[in-house]
Amino acid sequence: MPKANVYITLKPSLLDAQGKVVQGALEKLGYTNVSAVRIGKYIQIELEGDGDLEQQVDDMCRKLLANPVIEDYRFEIER
Amino acid sequence: MKFGVIQFPGSNCDQDAYYAIRDVLQQPVDYIWHQESNLAGYDCVILPGGFSYGDYLRTGAIARFSPVMGAVQEFADRGGLVIGICNGFQILCEAHLLPGALLANNTLRFRCKYLHVRVENDTSSFTHLCYRGQVLRIPIAHHSGCYYCEPDVLKELEEQDRILLRYCDRDGNVTEQSNPNGSVSNIAGILNEQGNVAGMMPHPERAVEDLLGSEDGVLIFRSIVERLS
Repeated sequence: MPKANVYITLKPSLLDAQGKVVQGALEKLGYTNVSAVRIGKYIQIELEGDGDLEQQVDDMCRKLLANPVIEDYRFEIER
Repeated sequence: MKFGVIQFPGSNCDQDAYYAIRDVLQQPVDYIWHQESNLAGYDCVILPGGFSYGDYLRTGAIARFSPVMGAVQEFADRGGLVIGICNGFQILCEAHLLPGALLANNTLRFRCKYLHVRVENDTSSFTHLCYRGQVLRIPIAHHSGCYYCEPDVLKELEEQDRILLRYCDRDGNVTEQSNPNGSVSNIAGILNEQGNVAGMMPHPERAVEDLLGSEDGVLIFRSIVERLS
């Protein structure tokens, strides 16, 4: 069964407050070479059929999964 | 004149909005279930605060596909007045009835407190009983209230006088310290291009009686009532 892995992140120009906090925590743990942390969402979608799944998942991302005003998305499909 | 308060699964300020309209403003008002697809007979529709669909995925992201939102779109296209408060504002942005989006507060904290907002537009259907620069004391209660839009959209909002409210201090100064969530340009509320759809993070329905700590929210609802009269 094909599976789509969708990755959604805040646009680079936006402050990722969670990422900043995690970056600070990593630095406190001694990882002094951490220059940025950004937190996003990972969505697994199991699909049926073998149509144009790329197009379909892209539609899903644009309509619902990501908000293009604030987020970027990318995905891969495992067949 | 008739108001409608939309109830999504997870709305929790619907009863407060209903109370403000029925008991304080003494106007006819109905609850409208999110499965409804007909808004005929209403003059103003309120999208209340809450956590529709548990804020899953993003605030407002699922609610915008409720059957009632198609009706809200048509209602707005016909010129009906729509006001989204808190989660209602988030839903209107997700539905593209208003520009921009609401992000998690830059503090990452749920902010629940009385604060001050300055009236930036005193001619809209939602604020015409206020004067420009008037400071209103109205509470906020949100985790995702950081308004964001692209710089060109912000410029448009400013040029078209579509910023309704800005967070400010008690004297009306718009400062970084008075911004509770990191909103761009201290924006607390905006209008659509046609001027009949408004969204705001503060809760005017929670500030309608002295007993609640402020009655400044009445100015918003009374503005709507007078505009519709």
